Amino acid sequence: MGNFVANEGLSVFAILVWLGINAFLFVHFYMAFLVERWYYTRVLLGQALPWARAPAACLNFNCMLILLPVCRNLLSFLRGTIQCCSRTAARQLDRNLTFHKLVAYMIAFHTAVHIIAHLFNFEFFMDAQLNRNTSLLTFVLSEIGNGDNASFLNPIRTNETNPTIVMFTTVAGLTGVAITLALILIITSSMEVIRRSYFEVFWYTHHLFIIFFIGLVFHGYARIVRGQTVASLDTNKPQNCSDKFEDWGKNGSNCAVPEFAGNPPGTWKWVLGPMILYVCERIVRIYRSHQKVVITKVVMHPSKTLELQMKRKGFSMEVGQYVFIQCPSVSRLEWHPFTLTSAPEEDYFSAHIRIVGDWTQALYEACGGDKNEPQEAWKLPKVAIDGPFGTASEDVFGYEVVMLVGAGIGVTPFASILKSVWYKRIQNNQDVFTKKIYFYWLCPETQAFEWFADLLQSLEGQMTEKNMMDFLSYNIYLTRWKEQEAAHFRVHHEAENDPITGLKQKTFYGKPNWDNEFTNITSQHPRSKVGVFLCGPPQLATSLEKQCMSHSAADVKFIFNKENF
Amino acid sequence: MGKIEWAMWANEQALASGLILLTGGIVGVAGQFRGWQFAAYAVAAGVFVCLLEYPRSKRAKGTSVERTGQYCFTVCVKTFGPLTRNYYVRAFLHAAICVPGGFMLATVLGCVCLGIASLIYLAAAIRGEHWEPILPRKETRKPVAQSIKNPPQNPPPRPPPEMRRKQAGDLEKSAYDNPMSVTDDE
Repeated sequence: MGNFVANEGLSVFAILVWLGINAFLFVHFYMAFLVERWYYTRVLLGQALPWARAPAACLNFNCMLILLPVCRNLLSFLRGTIQCCSRTAARQLDRNLTFHKLVAYMIAFHTAVHIIAHLFNFEFFMDAQLNRNTSLLTFVLSEIGNGDNASFLNPIRTNETNPTIVMFTTVAGLTGVAITLALILIITSSMEVIRRSYFEVFWYTHHLFIIFFIGLVFHGYARIVRGQTVASLDTNKPQNCSDKFEDWGKNGSNCAVPEFAGNPPGTWKWVLGPMILYVCERIVRIYRSHQKVVITKVVMHPSKTLELQMKRKGFSMEVGQYVFIQCPSVSRLEWHPFTLTSAPEEDYFSAHIRIVGDWTQALYEACGGDKNEPQEAWKLPKVAIDGPFGTASEDVFGYEVVMLVGAGIGVTPFASILKSVWYKRIQNNQDVFTKKIYFYWLCPETQAFEWFADLLQSLEGQMTEKNMMDFLSYNIYLTRWKEQEAAHFRVHHEAENDPITGLKQKTFYGKPNWDNEFTNITSQHPRSKVGVFLCGPPQLATSLEKQCMSHSAADVKFIFNKENF
Repeated sequence: MGKIEWAMWANEQALASGLILLTGGIVGVAGQFRGWQFAAYAVAAGVFVCLLEYPRSKRAKGTSVERTGQYCFTVCVKTFGPLTRNYYVRAFLHAAICVPGGFMLATVLGCVCLGIASLIYLAAAIRGEHWEPILPRKETRKPVAQSIKNPPQNPPPRPPPEMRRKQAGDLEKSAYDNPMSVTDDE
């Protein structure tokens, strides 16, 4: 239980606080419509009135929250500031996208409740106009305000209409339909299947949120939900006067005709702040994108990996951060995230890009990857960079013992870390807090080793020279191989260097036995906090998380961090 | 946006519309709204659309992800052949189904959403996409090579366990005379 709290405690607490605020707002605003001022409105609408207003309040709250987790520059700044106070709190900011999705689901839920309640409201308002019998209070109430068209209660002013027409002729109805449609389109294009396969559809459709927020702000403009005015409550107290409605305003009666007015729109008070913050966020992104970035070197690696080395004035980074890259000659609107593979100590920054889709393929061709001879520097395309943004890997040097697990291309953030380790420890001979690194690389194909093997080889050489072989313990696992390759491995089993990587440390075949690895680390490092960092597929994340929870005991704690892209 | 299969998004949108139509219909019938007959129609139409759209199509390129338990629905939808395979038919079908929903407030939202899904299906049809069922792959066994005609029925003769254990230490003592002949020229 204790390790669950260490790993997940703050997240669970944050979610409970958020749910609690939602529940409180719902109940509070439900009760607010049960007061005297809304008595006559409730005569027409019954309980459907508070059932519509309560989710509206929750919607205000959630629409305020939804823009905040996607302001990544703001979050990056917050992360840096909080880092000095609490590493756990900073880790929560990695889960921003999960929170964004949770809030989105809550918005969808409250929208559904709100719409269903308003369907009843429209129906009841229409009923009141259709049953034209002056001995019914509902009809009398609906007739109020026919003269000046200002103090009315029933927004449906005539019986020669129907709810659908009313919806399309009121500001609230029109904006409501528009924003609900926008919301539905956003949600259907954000399904995992669509998002993973066709990111562009997801990204462009998501910009319908602009329509959503504009519509949301104007939704309450026409003040269609009306309650009795304060002045009118003096002349017509519902408790006394509601059954004397046939005599209202007549001589001898002490009940005047009640007057109604709508509440001023309140949504803008909730969402204006986050909207401004988000606009600032986009401005920051545009500003950063206009800073000049120069490609200093392009390297084509086997296994369809392109390395871009770049420079930008005033660029500074931490280990394991990522940037968004845009290439206007390929696409003006697309920004794609890539982990930085260079160390902060180097004078350039680099990214290793795998060629999988049409954007990466076009980038490869624009950089002259398909041509045989080297390109002139001025022929290289212009690129723009947004970032760098911090992710979990920044925390690596805060742990004494570290387990790094990378699957395939997921090893890229760790390339940055290992290079930085090399520079710090070996070149500058600085004392780093991290005393031991266990590095696991799971790879499905042999060629993928090449660009990384060079780094590992030089690290190995340097460590042997300085007699620091036990600082870094690395294990490479080849998870798939062909028959001919297997024969080759068998024959060269006894060779000093590994047949695939050329390293002294032999490659393992198959997947690692995590239970053994964790138990081994527990026995080697009692009484320490071990940071486990993963960049890889979700199934590996679940199994590692389980191992972290089960192997965390009183003295050894495994804290799990996952990169999410 | 080169590789997009519009039908995938149309499918998500249509499934969502089916659910919205169904919900609106249930509210209309339960609340006994005016025009509840349209709501009753919407319930039936919503269920029909959901059943039709639940099984995902197989993608032309890439791995297809099934929805949970969609196999029986796939089989049902497959039996209608070209009616369900062709996306022009689906586009016009959805456009026709959504129209009665527009006559009542509770179902208007479902109507508009289904109309949008119909438009996306039309785009998919124009681009030449069609619905393919996701069926479980049949296991193909490799043909057995000619030389393997009669695999051995019995395990090879082995010394008793005590003799086998001795092998580790002493080479001399672990040699033994096989009680049965193991050469095949007799």
